[in-house]
Amino acid sequence: MSKVGLIIGREYFTRVKKKSFLITTILVPLLIMAFYAIIIIVAIKGGNSSDSGKLAIIDEAGLFNDSALSSIKQKGFELVKNETETSFVGKYKDKGYLGFLYIPKVNIEKPEGIVLHSQSSISLTRSNEVSDLVNNAVEDKRLAALGINPEDFKKLSANVSIQNTIDTKEGGKKTVAGISYAVSYLCGILIYLMMIIYGTQVMRGVTEEKTNRISEVVISSVKPFDLMMGKIIGIGAVGLTQFAIWIVLFVLLQGIIPLLMPDILNQAGNAASAPEASSSIGVMKEITNGLSTLPMGKIIGWFMFYFLGGYLTYASLFAAVGSVVSEDQQEAQQLVFPILMPIILGFVIMTNAVQNPDSNLALFGSLFPLTSPVVMMGRITYDIPLWQLLVSAVLLIGTFILLTWLTAKIYRIGILMYGKKPSWKEMMKWVFRKS
Amino acid sequence: MANLLELQNLKKYFATQKAVDDISFSIPRGSIFGLLGPNGAGKTTLLRMITGIFYPDSGQIIFNGKKFDPMLDPQNIGYMPEERGLYKKMKIGEQAVYLAQLKGLKASEATQRAKEWFGKFEMQSWWNKKVEDLSKGMSQKLQFVTTVMHHPSLIILDEPFSGLDPVNANLIKEEIFKLAENGSTIIFSTHRMEQVEEICRNIVLMNKGQKILDGTVQQVKNDFKDNIYELKGQLLAEHTLTSLFEVVSLNNGSLRLRLGQGTKPNDVLQYFINQQVEINSFHEVLPSLNDIFIKQVEGTANARQFQNIS
Repeated sequence: MSKVGLIIGREYFTRVKKKSFLITTILVPLLIMAFYAIIIIVAIKGGNSSDSGKLAIIDEAGLFNDSALSSIKQKGFELVKNETETSFVGKYKDKGYLGFLYIPKVNIEKPEGIVLHSQSSISLTRSNEVSDLVNNAVEDKRLAALGINPEDFKKLSANVSIQNTIDTKEGGKKTVAGISYAVSYLCGILIYLMMIIYGTQVMRGVTEEKTNRISEVVISSVKPFDLMMGKIIGIGAVGLTQFAIWIVLFVLLQGIIPLLMPDILNQAGNAASAPEASSSIGVMKEITNGLSTLPMGKIIGWFMFYFLGGYLTYASLFAAVGSVVSEDQQEAQQLVFPILMPIILGFVIMTNAVQNPDSNLALFGSLFPLTSPVVMMGRITYDIPLWQLLVSAVLLIGTFILLTWLTAKIYRIGILMYGKKPSWKEMMKWVFRKS
Repeated sequence: MANLLELQNLKKYFATQKAVDDISFSIPRGSIFGLLGPNGAGKTTLLRMITGIFYPDSGQIIFNGKKFDPMLDPQNIGYMPEERGLYKKMKIGEQAVYLAQLKGLKASEATQRAKEWFGKFEMQSWWNKKVEDLSKGMSQKLQFVTTVMHHPSLIILDEPFSGLDPVNANLIKEEIFKLAENGSTIIFSTHRMEQVEEICRNIVLMNKGQKILDGTVQQVKNDFKDNIYELKGQLLAEHTLTSLFEVVSLNNGSLRLRLGQGTKPNDVLQYFINQQVEINSFHEVLPSLNDIFIKQVEGTANARQFQNIS
C-alpha cells in the first residue's frame, strides 16, 4: 500500500511543482478577476464622463428651458445660441466642442431630423446620454402639453421587482432565478472541463511512461494496477488542489478588492451621478444576495463528489487508451473519441437540464453514470429529490469500480506492448480473458 | 541452498505464440548466468515471469528455496529490461531515490545509497540534472545504478551493454563481477556471444520457447567440440598426407586438423615429430559459443511463425 502512496506522491508533486500549474491555477482566476474589476472601473469612470469632451446643443425647437440648463451643464452639454446647423459645422471644433446636437424646429408629437454632429464617432455611453437627454426633454414637453407636472409623473412610474421564494422544509428562502441558473451552468461546465482536462492528463501520463520505456521498470517493483491507481489518484489530487486554491483565492479577493479600491465602491454608492455604475453595482449586490440564498454547502459537497466520481470513472478509461497507443498521437485521438462522446453528450443534456431541471431527459442524464456528473451539476441548485441523488451516486460508484476493474486488464497488457496498436477485438479479448 | 532460482516446467502461451513452452533449469547462487537465444525465442517472456510481471500458465518458480511470491519477492530482484527508460523530466537524484523506494527502501537509506553509487560512477554532478540532459551512455549507467541500488539478491540484465562505449561497458562489467563476488546472482540475457563467453559461467540456450542447451560454458563447449586441433610449425603441404587426420585449413604454417576415428592427439604429435617438423604450438580448438549458437538455431525458420493455440 505504501508503494501506491509513493506513486501518488510522485504524480502529485511533479505536477504541482511545475510552473504551468502555478500559472493556470493562480494567474487565470486573477486575470478573470482583474478583467471583472476593469469592467466595473470602466463602467464607473465612463459614467462620470468628465473627460469625454463638451457637446454643444443648438436648440431651435426650444426643448430646453432655462431651468434645465444647469443640469445639462453638469453632464457636459452647453446650449449655444445664435448659430445654425450650417454655420456651426465649421466652427465647433475650434471652440473646443467634441460635437454638437442640432435640434430643428420639431413637432413634439413626432420629433424628426435631430442630428448629432461630430468629427469621430461618439462613444456608446455618450450617445445614450444624448438620447436620454432629448427623450426626457421631449417627454417633459409632452407632459406639459397634457397639463401634467413632470414631478408628479415621476412619482407615478413603477419599477417593481418580483421576489421568488422557494419554500423548503427550513422555511422560505429568497432566490434569484438568474443566479441559480448561472451557478448550475458554471458547475456543469467546470466538471465537464475538469473531467476532460484531467482525464487527458492521465492518458498522456500513461503514454509518456510507455514511450519512455519506464513502465516495465516500474512494474517489476509494483503491480500494474497500483501504478495505474497511483497515477489516477495523484492527478485527481492535483485537481482537488486546484479547486482548493481557487476557493481560497476567491474568498481572499472578495475581501481584498474593497480594501484596495474603496473609492470605487464609494463612487458606486453615488448612484445619482453614475447611473451605469449603479446598475453594475446593483447586479453585484444581487449576485451576492443570490449566492447567499443558495445552499452552498450542499452544492460544494455534491460538486466534489461528482468531480471525483466522474473523474475516476473516466480516468481509468483514459488510462487504458493511453496504455495501448504508442508515440502516434493520431491513434490516441481515434481511441479517445468514443470516450469523449458520452462526456459531450452529458454536456448537451446539461445545457438543456439547466432550463428544464425536471424533464425526463434531465432525469435520465443525471442517473446514467456516464453523463450524471455533468448533468446532475446542471440541476444542483434546484431541489432534487434525495432518491435521485442517491441512485445516481450509487450507479456512479458502481460504474467506477466496474470500469476500473475492466480497464486495468487492458492497461496491464497495453503498457508492455510495443509496436502495433491493438484492435478493438483484441482489447475486448484482454478484458474478458481470465488472468 | 545451492540454487537461488529454480524454474520447473514453466509455460506461458499467448493467443498466437507458445512463448515459453515447458522450460526448466536452475541457477546457482552467486553465479553469472547467461540466457541466450535468437530474437523471439521467449527470453523476455521468461524474464517477465521471473520478475513477477507475468504469471506462468503452468509450472513453478522456486526463489530462495520457496515458491515465488509475486508480492514480496520482486523486492529482492533488480530488473533492467531491454525496453528500458526513465522519467525524462524528473531530476536524476530524485529518480534514483524514487525507484529505490519502490523497491522497499526507506527514503533516507535510498538517498544514502544513491549518493554512494553516484560517487562510485563519478555521477555526483548529475544529481540535479534531468534525464533528458543525459547522453544515451550516461542514462544507461544511471539505469544500471537504479537496477542494483537496493542490493537485490537476483539481478536480471537484458542486453546491459547496448549503447555503451567500451570504457563504460568495462566499468559496468567490473561492477557485475563485483556484485557476483558479493553474493548476488546475475542473469544476463543477450545475443552477443563474445560477452557471454567472457562473463558467464552457466548458460541456457533457448529457441522457439524451448530450452536447447543447458550447462557451464566449458561443458557446453566440450560437448560440441569437433576434435579440431591447431598446430603451428614449419609445415609443408606434403607433411599432411596421412590418414591420421583430415586437413581443415592450412596457411602460413598454421594447420587446422580434425582427428580421424580412433586417433589421439599424441598420435598426431608423434607423426609430426617423426616427420622432423619443428612444432611451435599444438592445442585443441573449442568451438566458440557463437558457432554453437548458430549451429543450434540454424535450420529453424528465422522468425517464429504465428500459430493457433487452442
